[in-house]
Amino acid sequence: MSRGLRLIPIVLLVWLVIGLAWRLVKPADTAIPSQMVERSVPRFQLPAAIDGKKGLASADLATGQPRLLNIFASWCVPCVGEAPVLRELQRRGVAIDAIAVRDTPEALTAFLARYGDPYERIGADRQSAVQIALGSAGVPETFVVDGKGVIRRQYIGPLNASNIAGVLRELEQVR
Amino acid sequence: MKRLALALMIVAASPVLADSNLPPAYWSNRQLPNPKQEEQAQALMAELRCLVCQGQSIADSDAELAGDMRDLVRRRIAAGEKPSAIRAWLIERYGSWISYKPTGEPAAWPLWLAPLALLVAGAWLIRRRISFRAKS
Repeated sequence: MSRGLRLIPIVLLVWLVIGLAWRLVKPADTAIPSQMVERSVPRFQLPAAIDGKKGLASADLATGQPRLLNIFASWCVPCVGEAPVLRELQRRGVAIDAIAVRDTPEALTAFLARYGDPYERIGADRQSAVQIALGSAGVPETFVVDGKGVIRRQYIGPLNASNIAGVLRELEQVR
Repeated sequence: MKRLALALMIVAASPVLADSNLPPAYWSNRQLPNPKQEEQAQALMAELRCLVCQGQSIADSDAELAGDMRDLVRRRIAAGEKPSAIRAWLIERYGSWISYKPTGEPAAWPLWLAPLALLVAGAWLIRRRISFRAKS
């Protein structure tokens, strides 16, 4: 056997160790992006999640104006952190609708009373069916939807203050 | 003392459970009455990946979203939909990531070619050994 061939196992081992060490230092991204971006919002119709606010249907997302669609829940801790950012966006004139995943009207009312309510409509998705149809993998997530009801961007995880400028710019771009 | 108490409290603390207060979906932990359909559903659920406990199938996962997906799978199979159609519907949403079944995409080619490559390498090794012996 030639010298070069005998080195192959050692080269493979070194390669393996480097690979493992690299993944330990830099863990893989576990976010699963939705394949629905750049496609129309799937057709759905959700009942009202709380008294006094309308439910949400896919037709409400194609109104000629770009909007945000926020997937959230009262039992979701990061959603609390995101609430001030959504309020700020609403204050700057952004239309925000929401889908409340696996929630009760009581818990939701308490959540909105405590952390603010930036939403125009909230649909109740009691078995995550619309969440799955949207290709969303968790709460919170936010979709930028253009005036024709086409999803243009997905934010996975809570929005934070540094996202505000970007979201406003995107809403302007998809107008 | 205070430090010790704090340390004990931290050890005893349980993580905040990010679970909703709604009961599991109807078909999430219930078998379909038709055994043939249930068998189809089980086979499909074992090949769908959980979005929360990534690495588990939705048949194994206790996550609520996995339960809701089992409910979705059983409902659609009970309604007469083919498992392949349900898989395609989910892949349309989450990409081939969601399915454990290997696809024919270029990313999976090494997987399909590996057995062939190993066979060829094995045959080569055996041939070499035999020809060595024949010489000596």
